[in-house]
Amino acid sequence: MHLRDPAHLVSPRAVVYWTVRAVPLWVLVLVGESIWLWSSGDHLALRVAALVVTVLLAAAHLIVMPRWRYRVHRWELTATAVYTQSGWLSQERRIAPISRVQTVDTERGPLEQLFRLANVTVTTASAAGPLRIHGLDRAIAEDLVAELTEVTSHSRGDAT
Amino acid sequence: MLLVHPVRELGQAIPALIGLVLAGRAVGDGQLWWLGPLGVVVVIALSVLRWMTTRYRITPEQVQLRTGLLQRKTIATPADRVRSVDVTASALHRVLGLAKVDIGTGSHDAGSGLSLDSLTVAEAAGLRAELLHRMAIASPDTPDTPGTLGAGELGAAPATEVADPAVRETELARMDPRWVRFAPFTMSGVLGAAAILGLGSRFLDQSGFSAAEVGPIRKGLDYLERTTVWLDLLLGLVALLALVTVLSIGGYVLSYWGFRLTRHPHGSLHITRGLLTTRATSIEERRLRGVELAEPLLLRAVHAARLGGITTGLTSKGAAGGGSSLLLPPAPGAVARDVATAILRDPAPVDVALTVHGPAARRRRFSRALLSALILVVAAGVAIWWGAPRWFAVPAVLVVPIAALLAADRYRSLGHAVAGGFLVTRAGSLERRRDVLECDGIIGWNVRQTFFQRRAGLATLTATTAAGRQRYAVTDVPLSLALPLADRALPGLLGEFLVP
Repeated sequence: MHLRDPAHLVSPRAVVYWTVRAVPLWVLVLVGESIWLWSSGDHLALRVAALVVTVLLAAAHLIVMPRWRYRVHRWELTATAVYTQSGWLSQERRIAPISRVQTVDTERGPLEQLFRLANVTVTTASAAGPLRIHGLDRAIAEDLVAELTEVTSHSRGDAT
Repeated sequence: MLLVHPVRELGQAIPALIGLVLAGRAVGDGQLWWLGPLGVVVVIALSVLRWMTTRYRITPEQVQLRTGLLQRKTIATPADRVRSVDVTASALHRVLGLAKVDIGTGSHDAGSGLSLDSLTVAEAAGLRAELLHRMAIASPDTPDTPGTLGAGELGAAPATEVADPAVRETELARMDPRWVRFAPFTMSGVLGAAAILGLGSRFLDQSGFSAAEVGPIRKGLDYLERTTVWLDLLLGLVALLALVTVLSIGGYVLSYWGFRLTRHPHGSLHITRGLLTTRATSIEERRLRGVELAEPLLLRAVHAARLGGITTGLTSKGAAGGGSSLLLPPAPGAVARDVATAILRDPAPVDVALTVHGPAARRRRFSRALLSALILVVAAGVAIWWGAPRWFAVPAVLVVPIAALLAADRYRSLGHAVAGGFLVTRAGSLERRRDVLECDGIIGWNVRQTFFQRRAGLATLTATTAAGRQRYAVTDVPLSLALPLADRALPGLLGEFLVP
């Protein structure tokens, strides 16, 4: 017995978004190392090696992480439950019954607006269990929120 | 009863009063000497006024509290929102025969509840009985019972008659003075000692005199200087142990003396405890989603355990565990299990044999523990290579067997079960806990797998809930066990996503 993946992938533009979002950190590290490299002369080989390793790590991270994430990040909404999967090295699947959903939010950061993406956050009465779907196409996110609002309005109870 | 407010508020106003006295001295040639006494009179007058203008009223629909003379403030809470009624009496309160009633509404915002200070003990008990009675059977036909904190209608005690003599509480636990022997095996003494040493050293620093100049301390230091380092360490350790023991026993007695846990037939648990400051708290049983049986390593060594409740809508002030309310102080393990059984009305979740998590989970425990020990050993090696003293190697190498023992114990703790409508999960070594969570209280699942967990076929299955810690995890359980477990605990939710 195993748990199947949720049905839907997120937007392919999320790959570019995740890449762009990860760039600043690596740029910061590389700038720091470059300053260190030019500042003085001894242990030159060590410092060049560190720079080369950093560049390789950055390239690997920027190439692998977004594509891996894209294959992992998935979501599904059924008549009774919301099901999400996220992460890359560490992966997490979250399942919450529709009857326990309390709020549905969408949010778009400036970078996400640029890529016409949106996040959807579904919260339950537990502080431990918000379900987040990152990198959704904006139109799909809006449809999802409308659908969730529609479905949750039919379920009864105080969701605690 | 007049005394509590003025005394407390004078205490709070002391810094301002000192300021006034100093200002009175400094301005002019001391002609303003009356500033200080005036301040005292004003504070007392204001607090008396506050006490006289505070009124409370309980109607079938609402609990109302009205305060203030110039700026009137009315706080009203729907009676059916009242979730807890706690009665606290500090030493000062008890000398004066008074008590404070805190009415909690389960909201997480600070100050959302009502607090009625300085009721007489009889009034407080009556009010508590009345409110708890209301909570249990929200009866609409109870007549208004006005009351006042001031003079006047004082004798008209709010509803002492509601304490129906036919309603008998059943006692689930009562503190045995012999339980005090478990106090040194808790962390409270260590924390207390740290606080005292920290505060003491800061006080000495700020007061500007050197502790070494005080006679007895001077003699002690002289003695220490004459003896060897090892003897000093030994003496220090013995002194510290003695301090910790005394503090922990003192703390235990102060907090838990006279501890009594009872069940009210209307569906609530009541706890009374305390030596100087007495507390009476109540937990509605329908908000109780389970219990946590905590057996930290030291307590386990003397066959003792603590019991906490998993409750919804109860902001647990002072519960160090974060979201679990005390149900039983450190007590013999058998007693803790009996009390848990009585609270849950089912022995199954307490006694059920837990499913072990298997060899992969054991390997993971050992690899994690030994890897961190190895990092320490390597770090010590590097430090010695850089010129640190040789004896650095001793503690570093000693860490390895300790880590292995911990890993073995942590694996032994791991386990889970579903029994009698409860999800049972146990984990931890230094802080081992058996969590028993009602399956009805579970509102979702998180299945988390790190890279290494995926390779080992393990997962951490977390039940999310609105109660207690909000999350109860089944750690490092094989995925092939986790999914049937989740499906059994909460049938139907996972079903449509499971494939054979």
